[in-house]
Amino acid sequence: MASRKEGTGSTATSSSSTTGGAGKGKGKGGSGDSAVKQVQIDGLVVLKIIKHYQEEGQGTEVVQGVLLGLVVEDRLEITNCFPFPQHTEDDADFDEVQYQMEMMRSLRHVNIDHLHVGWYQSTYYGSFVTRALLDSQFSYQHAIEESVVLIYDPIKTAQGSLSLKAYRLTPKLMEVCKEKDFSPEALKKANITFEYMFEEVPIVIKNSHLINVLMWELEKKSAVADKHELLSLASSNHLGKNLQLLMDRVDEMSQDIVKYNTYMRNTSKQQQQKHQYQQRRQQENMQRQSRGEPPLPEEDLSKLFKPPQPPARMDSLLIAGQINTYCQNIKEFTAQNLGKLFMAQALQEYNN
Amino acid sequence: MATPVVSASGPPATPAPAPVAAPASASASVPAPTPAPAAAAVPAAAPAASSDPAAAAATTAAPGQTPASAQAPAQTPAPALPGPALPGPFPGGRVVRLHPVILASIVDSYERRNEGAARVIGTLLGTVDKHSVEVTNCFSVPHNESEDEVAVDMEFAKNMYELHKKVSPNELILGWYATGHDITEHSVLIHEYYSREAPNPIHLTVDTSLQNGRMSIKAYVSTLMGVPGRTMGVMFTPLTVKYAYYDTERIGVDLIMKTCFSPNRVIGLSSDLQQVGGASARIQDALSTVLQYAEDVLSGKVSADNTVGRFLMSLVNQVPKIVPDDFETMLNSNINDLLMVTYLANLTQSQIALNEKLVNL
Repeated sequence: MASRKEGTGSTATSSSSTTGGAGKGKGKGGSGDSAVKQVQIDGLVVLKIIKHYQEEGQGTEVVQGVLLGLVVEDRLEITNCFPFPQHTEDDADFDEVQYQMEMMRSLRHVNIDHLHVGWYQSTYYGSFVTRALLDSQFSYQHAIEESVVLIYDPIKTAQGSLSLKAYRLTPKLMEVCKEKDFSPEALKKANITFEYMFEEVPIVIKNSHLINVLMWELEKKSAVADKHELLSLASSNHLGKNLQLLMDRVDEMSQDIVKYNTYMRNTSKQQQQKHQYQQRRQQENMQRQSRGEPPLPEEDLSKLFKPPQPPARMDSLLIAGQINTYCQNIKEFTAQNLGKLFMAQALQEYNN
Repeated sequence: MATPVVSASGPPATPAPAPVAAPASASASVPAPTPAPAAAAVPAAAPAASSDPAAAAATTAAPGQTPASAQAPAQTPAPALPGPALPGPFPGGRVVRLHPVILASIVDSYERRNEGAARVIGTLLGTVDKHSVEVTNCFSVPHNESEDEVAVDMEFAKNMYELHKKVSPNELILGWYATGHDITEHSVLIHEYYSREAPNPIHLTVDTSLQNGRMSIKAYVSTLMGVPGRTMGVMFTPLTVKYAYYDTERIGVDLIMKTCFSPNRVIGLSSDLQQVGGASARIQDALSTVLQYAEDVLSGKVSADNTVGRFLMSLVNQVPKIVPDDFETMLNSNINDLLMVTYLANLTQSQIALNEKLVNL
């Protein structure tokens, strides 16, 4: 099993351009069960992620960073993290790989775990199932078996409860990505449905004793009032936004479906045409034979009738996955709100 | 790694500062209630000395390192020091606002310190405001400390700062932190280094050795003291420390705090309804405390307090009085909305599942 390694230039090998994954930390072979059953996060990492988004992520795109830690048996322990600067236009010669290397080298000097074990990203209302995420996670998971992507939802967190989820690509999807073959046949063969693209790994948060002491100290000293956003009933805004995004995605999906239908129709029409052409050819040939003329040469049917391009299946899979996530979020949200409404009812009844 | 060794002969000695130090210390003759920061006795001004073994240290250590802690009002002997005015952005406010991520970071680097190192130091980053200084980030810096000398890896500190600047260009070097409950002579040297990086740096101590059973967190800024015109010494004067939270940080800290109660310090993230349940349990606790207080007052155990009474009244009045029928209608329409949305979400999910099956035919 992969254990904590004292890096001896293991940072030298970088696989892809954007996510220079270092790893020599490969666990057991890829097929079968996933290598990671649980993700254990230090409280420090949670605070850092929150802070990073708060300071850099207002209104802009997603905010990203790298997770550091180690693998213990079937648990992935994340002990530290550092943020990634955003891509700016005016910083063209900024080398991300170099930044990562420098950071990790420096962190090694102060005894912080310098093993890459994944990356984190913030999301806007739960929309994270994109091609970019898939690619990044694939290259990470390819280099380091046990890596995960942590999705942090700041808006949901601001509503009262920390929303942090860890995802990995399923082994089947890994296979497909490895082949780089996203054609419909390959996907059908692999039998991937949108539900089986990402798997969620349960998260636990763990703190050391000293941090617990710190927490008690903070509790005593800081006088910040406990905000009860979680119990607020004014949530229709959030719901509205979610539904809006869902509708957009469903629109995209329906367009995709229309494209697919056209493709199917075209293919079948073409088949018919081919068939007719062949028949006519045969008839003509028979007539010619009866008249004693040489038969017409067989023409290459495929040149005459170019088969239409099958639409890309990967995108529609992604859209379906995203719609699924939205629906899950909405359902969670409505469940909470129903509970709150019933509580309000009880309160009112008591009043009267 | 280039570690410039700063030898122990730093700032020059303070010659008998008795006449000037006396007024400074007279106002501070109330012995500092927090015995934690080591107040080395100013050689001649006895009243200021909060009794400490550091007095002995003052004689053995390089002369002139006299970090002392005086009460905040003692700051205003600025007029007594007509020397250089306090450089840098420290107007009368002198409040340091810390984010919890800093403290967690410091504790974490303390836990990961090298063998034999008694404490850890690092740089503080943040922003300066008109009234306060907000510390938002930090990183630890490797250093070696022994009896006579201190070596801090400055190169490393510079590099890390550059890297951090790439992510948050607004953060400046504000000062440095150290774990441990004393301010030692070496601190003065390190502080002097940092004053080259930032105007008037702050020094933060986090007592990880848990003296007195508390992890005390203090901030200091250095002031010059001594007879003007002669060589000056350095004194660390405390600042007020406040804690600043973003909303989401508050929620994160609340969640992390839960590990204090769990046996193996591990908690999982709870699901939706569980969270609502948890929040309402908290409110229930608060309500029972309030009820208990009301009963105590009624039975005469506790004397009534008007302000609390007013708060209680506003609390009770916050439950809005709505005509029951209206409330029924509102409740029902809201519930209907939510149910409809749930139904639509389920419908969408089954649609895409169906689509999946069709496409794969």
